[in-house]
Amino acid sequence: MTHLVGGPAATPAYAPGLWRPVLRRLRADRGALAAAVLLLAIVALCLAAPLYAARIAQTDPFRSNISGQITVNGAARAVIEDNAEGLGLGQTPIGPTGAASYLLGADSQGRDVAARLLYGGRASLLIATVATLLCMGLGGALGVVAGYFGGVVDAVLSRLLDVLWAFPVYLLAISLSIVAVGSGLHLGPLVIDSGNPLLPAFIIGLVGVPYVARPVRAQVQALRRSDFVLAAIGIGVPTPRILLVDVLPNVSSTLLVLVPLLMAINMLTESALSFLSIGVQAPAASWGTIIQDGLALLYTRPLVALAPGLAIMLTVLSLNLLGEALRDALDPRLAGRRS
Amino acid sequence: MIRPLVARLAQMLFVMAGISVITFAIFFATPGSDPSARIAGRNATPETLAAVRLSFGLDQPLPVQYGLLMQRLFITQDLTSFMNRGEKVVPQIVAATPVTLSLVAGAALLWVAGAGLFGVLAALRPGRALDRGLMLLGLVGVSMPVYWLGAVVNLVTQSRFHDSWLFSWVPPLGYIAFADDPWGWFKVLVLPSFTLAVFYIGLYSRVLRSALIEANQQDYIRTARAKGLSERRVLLAHALRTSLVSVVTLFGLDFGALVGGGALLTEVVFGLPGIGKLTYDALQALDLPVIMATVMYASFFVVAANALVDMLYAFIDPRVRDA
Repeated sequence: MTHLVGGPAATPAYAPGLWRPVLRRLRADRGALAAAVLLLAIVALCLAAPLYAARIAQTDPFRSNISGQITVNGAARAVIEDNAEGLGLGQTPIGPTGAASYLLGADSQGRDVAARLLYGGRASLLIATVATLLCMGLGGALGVVAGYFGGVVDAVLSRLLDVLWAFPVYLLAISLSIVAVGSGLHLGPLVIDSGNPLLPAFIIGLVGVPYVARPVRAQVQALRRSDFVLAAIGIGVPTPRILLVDVLPNVSSTLLVLVPLLMAINMLTESALSFLSIGVQAPAASWGTIIQDGLALLYTRPLVALAPGLAIMLTVLSLNLLGEALRDALDPRLAGRRS
Repeated sequence: MIRPLVARLAQMLFVMAGISVITFAIFFATPGSDPSARIAGRNATPETLAAVRLSFGLDQPLPVQYGLLMQRLFITQDLTSFMNRGEKVVPQIVAATPVTLSLVAGAALLWVAGAGLFGVLAALRPGRALDRGLMLLGLVGVSMPVYWLGAVVNLVTQSRFHDSWLFSWVPPLGYIAFADDPWGWFKVLVLPSFTLAVFYIGLYSRVLRSALIEANQQDYIRTARAKGLSERRVLLAHALRTSLVSVVTLFGLDFGALVGGGALLTEVVFGLPGIGKLTYDALQALDLPVIMATVMYASFFVVAANALVDMLYAFIDPRVRDA
């Protein structure tokens, strides 16, 4: 994924202003700026979900409202309308009203799609963020330990990572989820019960660990043999200090580049798991579960499924754009070759 | 030449063993609940629970349980579902395989052609409008949830524009076997394959473009230019050939991953009864024996495919072959 020409030691970590030119290059990248603005807007909107539901839409997006009535342009309408088309037996939720309540219409339970979309985004973003942090923390730690200490530690960890790496992502996530959805997760003192949105976050984070650990391990292995680390060992610097001061700063750019890309992948995995009904559990919603709900209404009220998909696409796209810009900004040589 | 092959095979077997142990541990040794209740499914009677315990040897130590499961999965192949009483699991997987293979093969054809075209077009003039446009399009392609794209395709071709001349040929969702009706088989697979391919067209055109641009700066390309070859010939005959090496490896890995579960979401949206759909239906019913079997078979397939790709790679790339 990243090409490390000449090894990581080529850029000294403590040169004054390693990050300043990176920031400058990022700011000069108009595509990256647009992506950042879009992402921030989406995050802000989703964080404001409770405000939107309470103040603007005035609805509870988690309670079904099958027999409710609302007023649109002065006329009273049922949230779930009887369908006169065909045999006249079906019922159709109200479509987009263009008004504050039910802006994007209702789903099959008579719930406000716009409000659910914002709440769903909150769950999706939260899960992807927690999963990414977990990947980074666990994967980074495993990679550093395996790469630095080598020997038996490395052999055991690397074989374990090999197996996890070779395990198809969806199959591993499905196996973990199907067991966890039934009974929650019990890891010694740590218990996450089945309704908790952190459960999918935990599973997705775990599945992604090798994607972080393997590149970090390779890089730390090279660092371990570099002159400045050998010198630090030689003058008797304690190992934790070497790891913290000499090794970690040198892998920080590798880790940083992975953050937006991993977050993008995690968003897609979360939505897939929720779509398969083994991610976020009802009554909570995420973008994936809303698409799943909307599929039943696809031909009558397509917006229910279309809107969350668009939201996922825009979020993941802006994350990918940011990731790419970050990679180019951290390694201008690469950017020169790319453009 | 022989030594690395044997080493790769040994690694493959090790990884397979590791995966089987992890899968076994997830389903049988996760603390917190009784595995027999999990395997029997929803609202199981005490008799079913007792049958499950007996059938999986749950009163015996874990290594024995593991051995029993492996034996029933791969040797006697008589693992049965407790939801659909007596339905054998392994034959179901075998029956679903051609569907998944058809879908993935179609998608692979489309994505190789699409990515080849876009990647070369973009690399012709890096940084220009066409390049930027295509690369942004590729990024959009990798940013869409595939099942959502499938839903959009269904909405357009099955409902909104089904009566127009453009999509009136689209058959209803489902699968037609090649042996029954080759033309129907083709028609039923076109749109699902396209949907599945979009992500990979985006990914591969970007990978191919980077590889081409990198190759363009190599000495042998300068030599080819200095010989007076046309730019087109340099790109297609010299740069593309070396760039293909990295793409071929990636292709093998992705093809394997798609057959082994990656096509699941596409199969579900288009109602294609492949291995993914089998897994999905089992997920909805919490039919664990089926899930265990599909997970195990599919991941073994992926691991074997990866090993095969690595070995083939050694034959393709002389740098690896002679090392």
